[in-house]
Amino acid sequence: MRFSTVILTVLGMMGAGLAAAEPPPLAFGRLATPAEIAAADIDVRADGAGLPPGRGSVPDGATLFASGCTACHGGQGQKPIAGAPLLMGGVGTLATPKPVKTVGSYWPYATTLFDYIRRAMPFQAPGSLTDAQVYALTAYILRLNGIVPEDAVLDAASLPKVRMPNRDGFVPNPNG
Amino acid sequence: MPGNQPIGMSRRGVIRRTGLALAGVAASSRTALSDSASAAETGSSPSMREQGAPVTENPYGIPSVFEKSVVRIPGGKQPFPTAAHLLTPLQDLHGIVTPNGLHYIRDHGGTPSIDPDRHRLLVHGMVDRPLSFGMDDLMRFPSISRLHFLECSGNTPLYKSGKPDWSVQMTHGLLSCAEWTGVRLADVLAEAGVKPGAAWMLAEGADAAALTRSIPIAKALDDAILAYAQNGERLRPEQGYPLRLFLPGYEGNTNIKWLRRLKLGDQPFETREETSRYSSLMPNGIARQFNFTMEVKSVITRPSPGHGPKQPGFCEITGLAWTGHGRIVRVEVSTDNGATWKDAELQEPVLSKCLTRFRLPWVRDGGPAMLQSRATDETGTVQPTRESLLAARGSNYYYHYNAITTWRMDPSGETTLAL
Repeated sequence: MRFSTVILTVLGMMGAGLAAAEPPPLAFGRLATPAEIAAADIDVRADGAGLPPGRGSVPDGATLFASGCTACHGGQGQKPIAGAPLLMGGVGTLATPKPVKTVGSYWPYATTLFDYIRRAMPFQAPGSLTDAQVYALTAYILRLNGIVPEDAVLDAASLPKVRMPNRDGFVPNPNG
Repeated sequence: MPGNQPIGMSRRGVIRRTGLALAGVAASSRTALSDSASAAETGSSPSMREQGAPVTENPYGIPSVFEKSVVRIPGGKQPFPTAAHLLTPLQDLHGIVTPNGLHYIRDHGGTPSIDPDRHRLLVHGMVDRPLSFGMDDLMRFPSISRLHFLECSGNTPLYKSGKPDWSVQMTHGLLSCAEWTGVRLADVLAEAGVKPGAAWMLAEGADAAALTRSIPIAKALDDAILAYAQNGERLRPEQGYPLRLFLPGYEGNTNIKWLRRLKLGDQPFETREETSRYSSLMPNGIARQFNFTMEVKSVITRPSPGHGPKQPGFCEITGLAWTGHGRIVRVEVSTDNGATWKDAELQEPVLSKCLTRFRLPWVRDGGPAMLQSRATDETGTVQPTRESLLAARGSNYYYHYNAITTWRMDPSGETTLAL
């Protein structure tokens, strides 16, 4: 029996006289405040929903990457240490015996790159980057893959418009 | 006390901790009685001739010292210790329940330590009332307990190949089963009020990976659990303490641990974990994503590589079968590489989206054997052969490998992986 049904039944037996069609909320928990929602609501969707204000350029991203990312990902994202992902290259390999999955060859949405860097990178200090820094790093990694021009500046308006090479490379599993 | 040590003192650290006074009593008692009878005369074993460990020694109990080899192990080198896994020793377990200390682990950013009094769950997005719950709030809801398996999507990494000496822990150890207790997610979502058009739910963890997956709202409203307990006790930290999402039958990583946020929306959120990470390449280079349900599967846990029978004669074949699509209805076992099959007995209880223990009595004639198990679930789906799975998916699929696994047994009983 569904819980809400139980509640209605119990109320009915008590003769509470509630004619309401809607089961009353149990009122466990409390209403979330706009401020706490804004603080926790960090996800970014493929259509750009959730992207914050701010902007970042390829050159700024290159500087940040050189100081904070190369220890794991290698210079220009080309020679990662064991266990860290390769960030560029691999285009044209997905149907071969040795597919190389990178941001350039595999990732379908540029927005996902922003979302992931912001929530989980750098590995040793996730959440430490400003939104402008995340835009800049996103721009730089896209540039490494030849997806945006050298002078690209990305923000909430331009990032969702970046079309990834493997944008049409995914289908939902038909069996769920 | 060199040269004057009472029998029994050296065998137990216990007595050292009980103090000299008690040790003196033990020593004098021993001396007084030592002339009266020997162990051989009374037929008693050594454990019967001295007091055992104090009852209060382990406020939280631990396994016997003789079971020290039954532990979780990694499947290989793990350069990032916090983005890593540990495998359940299936070959040494009995029945269907995995002890909490042996449940497999897969973390993406290490195991956080979270104070339950400070942990909150935010439910927002396409809801009538965005709500914030403390653990005390959630635990006021009516509770449910369900026995379910949990399997990592990367369990059984055999698409390309495997090594003959890989144990069942190595091939199938990203699989565990527990009684999960919590509240129905549907009840919590009813409090917030799901808006029409909400089709997906983002679940987010409070770990260093802030792991996120999009879940179909139909699953959230069906049998999803907000779990706070596991096998009778609160969740282990590595299983998401104080709160995890539990989605019966779904691949492990969707069961978000350290759950801090649920956001309803009208489309999937296309997170890294559901695009570039937990997706599967087909031979044509197109990737399948949202591969949620773990398919029908089974494996023989004994005998298995490294754990073959030491002599001919009777040898029970036993193992585990499971499916994310409901109940197991049949398990067949072959000892001749699939040429002939016999129905194994299914040990009760046989539960939906839960491990099912199977067993078959077998008299080994001392010749070579090729052991296989083949499960069928209530949808009528039969566990595929390796050949048919690879034909359907190719070898770059990586995840959700559920083919029949073959153990090769030589006449000596030595058992190895034959894929």
